[in-house]
Parts: sequence; C-alpha cells; structure tokens
Amino acid sequence: MNKVISLAHGDGGELSHRLIRDLFVKNFGHYKEAMFDASYIQLPANNIAVTTDSFVVKPLFFPDCSIGKLAVAGTVNDLAVSGAKPLYLTCGFVIEEGFSVNDLEKIVSDMANEAKAAGISIIAGDTKVVEKGSCDGVYINTTGIGIIQRQNVIPNFKSGDAIILSGTLGDHGIAILTARGELGIHVPVASDCSSLNSMLEDAVQAAGDVRIMRDPTRGGLATTLVEIAEDFSLSLVICEKDIPVKEQVQGACDLLGFDPLYLANEGKAIIIVESEKKDAVLHALHMYPEGKDAVCIGKVVKTEQPSGQLYLETLLGTKRRINRLAGVMLPRIC
Amino acid sequence: MLETMRQSTNPDICKAMLEAVHKKAEQFQINNGRLPVYMEVCGSHTMALARTGIKQALKDSVQFVSGPGCPVCVTAQESIDSMIGLAKDERTIICTFGDMMRVPGSTKTLLEEKASGKDIRVLYSPIEAISIAESNLDKEVIFLGIGFETTIPILAFLVQMAVEKQMTNFSIWMATKLVEPILRYLLEAAEVQLDGFILPGHVSIVLGESSYQYLPQEYGMSGVITGFEPAELLSGINKLLDLSLKKEAAIINDHPSIVTKQGNAVAQELMHRYFYNSNEAWRGIGNIPSSGMDLKPEYERFNAKTKYQVHTVTVKKTKCRCGEVIRGMISPEKCPLFAKACHPLHPIGPCMVSTEGSCSAYYHYMRESY
Repeated sequence: MNKVISLAHGDGGELSHRLIRDLFVKNFGHYKEAMFDASYIQLPANNIAVTTDSFVVKPLFFPDCSIGKLAVAGTVNDLAVSGAKPLYLTCGFVIEEGFSVNDLEKIVSDMANEAKAAGISIIAGDTKVVEKGSCDGVYINTTGIGIIQRQNVIPNFKSGDAIILSGTLGDHGIAILTARGELGIHVPVASDCSSLNSMLEDAVQAAGDVRIMRDPTRGGLATTLVEIAEDFSLSLVICEKDIPVKEQVQGACDLLGFDPLYLANEGKAIIIVESEKKDAVLHALHMYPEGKDAVCIGKVVKTEQPSGQLYLETLLGTKRRINRLAGVMLPRIC
Repeated sequence: MLETMRQSTNPDICKAMLEAVHKKAEQFQINNGRLPVYMEVCGSHTMALARTGIKQALKDSVQFVSGPGCPVCVTAQESIDSMIGLAKDERTIICTFGDMMRVPGSTKTLLEEKASGKDIRVLYSPIEAISIAESNLDKEVIFLGIGFETTIPILAFLVQMAVEKQMTNFSIWMATKLVEPILRYLLEAAEVQLDGFILPGHVSIVLGESSYQYLPQEYGMSGVITGFEPAELLSGINKLLDLSLKKEAAIINDHPSIVTKQGNAVAQELMHRYFYNSNEAWRGIGNIPSSGMDLKPEYERFNAKTKYQVHTVTVKKTKCRCGEVIRGMISPEKCPLFAKACHPLHPIGPCMVSTEGSCSAYYHYMRESY
C-alpha cells in the first residue's frame, strides 16, 4: 500500500479496492457487506432512531483520542441521550490527497475499537479523496441507527426536577485547544471523549424513566440547557458552586478568557429527572469511570414559561441569566 | 497558590465579605447621603464584577462605573478603519488578537474581509507573527498593536525579535494606550463624581504599586489594586470603603503576591527602549497628549503607518454612545441602541464586541438578574 493517499485511492480502481479491502473491511469486519451496495439489517418496525454528524476536528489526534474515536462516540451518544439503544453506524470519509496512510489506519482502528467498546457495528461506508487543499486531512461523517427504548419521548417536566451532570466540564474543549499547539501552554488534561450508551441505559433503568437527556457538546452546558429551557418553556437554575470543573481546565480558562460553561464536552450527559429519582440516577452513574464525578447541579424551578430561561446562581447567591454563546471565536472542536 | 485560589472562590468567605461591604456602604450612605461611586478601570474587572454577581449583589450599596480599560473599546473609529483598510492590500498578512475581528469599521469588519479571502490571522500569542513573517517572505506581516501597558511590553518584544532577525517584512500598526494620561483626563474633566478607583490588575503587574501615587497626591483620589476572583474583588472594595469612610486618599495594593511596588522593570525598560510616548486619539474623547506609545524614529522600519498609506472613508456616524460609556458617563443600558440595534451578533460599537467591553458585560450578565 502507498504511504500517502492519492486521488487514485478514490477513483474506484485497484487502489480504491485495496484501500477498502485492507483497511476498512479488515477493521470493521465488513466481509459480507462489502459484496453489496447496501447493508441489510433487521430492526423492529416503527421504533427506530436515526442521527447523523460530521466530524471536522483539528487536530486529528489529541490526548487519549482521535477524530476516529470521536466520530463513533459522538454519534453513539446522540442516540443514547435520545433514549435509543445504538446498534449500527455508517461512515463516510472525505480524505485529502497526500494524507498519511499510517494516520488513516490509526483513525480507522480507533473507530473499530470504539465501536467494539460501545457494542455497535459499523455496517456501511464510503471513501472519497479530494485534491490537496480541498479539505483539511480527513473529514468523517457517521450516521447512527438505534432502537427507541423509551415510551414517552415528549417529557412531562415538573418544578423541582433535578438537573444532573455526569462529570467535569470542558475537558474536551481545553484538550483540543491546547493540542493545537497555538496557545504555547501545556494543560495536563485529556479529552473526555467516550461512548456513554451503557452508562446511560443503566441510569434510565435505575430511575424507571427520566425527563430528558442531552449531551453538551458544541456550545457546552450553557447552550444545551438554554435550548432545553426554550424548547420546553422551562425556567432552570444551576448553581455555580456545584458545577464540577477540573482545576487545570479552570486555570486554562482563566488564562485564555474562556468560560467552562460554554466549552465542548464529548463524554458528558445532562440528565433531567424527577427529584425523588435523583439519587438512583447518581448511584448508577457513579458505577462507571465516565460518571464518577456525576453530580446534581440545579433544578427546574418553573414550567410553562412562555420564554424559557436559564439562570446561574453565583457563589454569592445572586442569580444571573445565561444566554447562548454569542460571537466568541473558538477553533473547530468537533 | 491553589489554596489561595480556593479561598478566593469559597462561597462562605465571599458571603461574609459581601456582608461587610454592605455594612460599610450603608455607613457611607448615612454619612454622605448617596452611594459610594467606584470606577473599575480595567475591562476584565468590569467582566469579573458582572460575571461573579458582585455588581448585582451590591446594586443598592455601591455604584460601579466602568472605566476606559478595554483596549478595543477606546480605539478611535479612524484607527479601526485604518486597520481594517490594511487588510484590503493583497500584499499583507494581518495578525491580530481575536477581539478585533468583529469590531465594526465604517464599512466592514476584519471577519468580513477574511471571509472575502483576505489573509487575516487570529493569534493567541503575538510572537507567532514573527514566525508567520519568516515563512512568508513575499508578504508584509502586520500586527495590530492595540492594548495598554499589559500588551505594550509584548509588542516591544516583537520589535526586539524583528531587530535581531533583521526582518524586513514585519511591522506593527501601533494604537496603544497608557493608563495614567486617561485617568488624569477623567479626573480633570470631572464628568463623573468618583470616590475611588479599582485599579487594573494586569497593568499594575507591569507598572507597580508606586506608579499610582499621583492619584492621592494630586487629586486626593484613592485606588486599590486587586485581583479578579470574587473574594479578591470584595476585599478590594472593602478597603476602598474603609478609606472613603475615613475620608483618606491612598493607594492600597491588595494583590501583593502578584503586584510589586516598582512593577516589572524588565518590561518597563523594553517598552521605553523601542517606543516613545505619543499623542493618541481615544474614542469619544479625541487626542490626548502623550497618552499612547509609538515606535521611536530609529525603529521606523517596523512602523506599519509609515510603510502603508491607508485611505479611509469618512467615519460613519451612528447613535452609538460607546464614547460616553468608556468615560463612565453613562451605563450601557442608557444607550438607545443597547440590546436593540446593538447586540453581540450585530455590534455597532466596540464595547459590545470585546470580551472586556462594558456593553458586552451588561448584555451577557446584567440585563436580566433576579
């Protein structure tokens, strides 16, 4: 196999064939699927969740993670927080001419490992090679298919419902920013990127049902909670003193002028649950390394608010409104 | 250090200090029949006071006035237009801090110029500009030099590197500002009644505690140098209130682990080696003599203003009142454009753009609290 990807790897000829056979089929175990233009899968009718996401992160490799792991975990988590059991993933690669085959192998192998860890199969794929300069290394799109397990998709929120966060904020955002090497600082923090489907399945089971789950990726905790508040006409309050942030992440934020509330996470979930079920959910989360720092950070204070609002109770006990992030420039983070 | 940081964000310590501030402010009100008025000079303090909820918690006890310490906000419109104009030249690579990207020029922003294909780069570390220049010898790399005494030594360091490397394709567009001239201007103009200053933390690291003695000695005005965490801010406000109650004027260094008496001598020497005190135009104020720094004649070869002629259009007049906001004359919500025509996604004045801008602080943290 050539050491770098050339346009010929994407033209459907011999090199394309070898790339697919030696790299994708081998890693993803696609021997049967590769014989047809589509994969045949069987799912219970009327109960299917589908999600899609494109990954353009820079750099492609960062502490404890790569775009490959991210492309699997990101889509798995979108299904998991929607209350679906993830089963299958498809992936589409756009590769820049000249890209290192070794790096591509690492990325594909990371995808295969994460798929195995999450208990899902990657069942279809596509590869395109574009001219040098037309994309930045590798872009990956993944589409996830899962079975909906929850009965009530539209949640029935009540005042007093607890807002649970599954761990520390901003690890992924800061890991990516510092891995870019542009800041000239080293922050000893790894990305939190991981598939949360097993943990979240246990959490939901422990509670019987939850109101809603979301993963606070791009835009962070603040943006995700503002969306929930607006979409479901809620007034939410979170407490600054209860929000877990690693010291090194807080330090980096202070230095660079970022707010951890808006930093991206790739292995965290927000779970809103009836307050009596809060402890059961926390107990279930604490059983997993990804959920060991899970904590209740706030509550739903009012429902049926014509315009939903998110408030932060500061350390001093005052409350201030939290809005969507507006106009702060961050590098591509997912 | 970590222990100090934990204490400075400890809710119990903060609440006890807040209580003390409330009591002293109440006494001030009994003595004087009005609230004490303190100006936070630095934009980061404006942000910190709003973000931590201190401004909201003290809204009936202490009046805070935002000062002229946000570098983008005090930059004159003509100067911003010139900087944006530089980007139009195909021979240039513009390097800048992120805050400048969305500042509205009279016609376009740097972000819009970048979208239309101009080479504009946001740097976290200005030193990157030197390596960009080294690897783009066919282009002129221009660094947009805005900032106060915190940033000026870094700009001087860039010039030092450019001198040592004998660079011919690197220059700086200087639009820097100095703290002392603007504080003197504000006190002499007396447009706002003040009882003291919360002095800038970062600038003080460079200048040192002793550089503010003109405030008590010539103007009978107090100032406290403080940090940015809630307990540090509250401690500083407490000490200002002590002075106000005793009717004494003094400079208190409440940040002694970071700020020394004489400041950073190396940084000061570097500034004065390459730059001289120049006249600078301030937004909404106009020219103030010796209120900024520019390249000395012997380093003129690194001065983008002499290397590049920029033709700017006449400055577009808007109803933006940033000029009054930075002088502490009005609070942001008094501007007719605030949160209506002017908001972070569509800023009309620089105070709404910068992460240190008063209008941005008010928009994000102060509009709706309860």
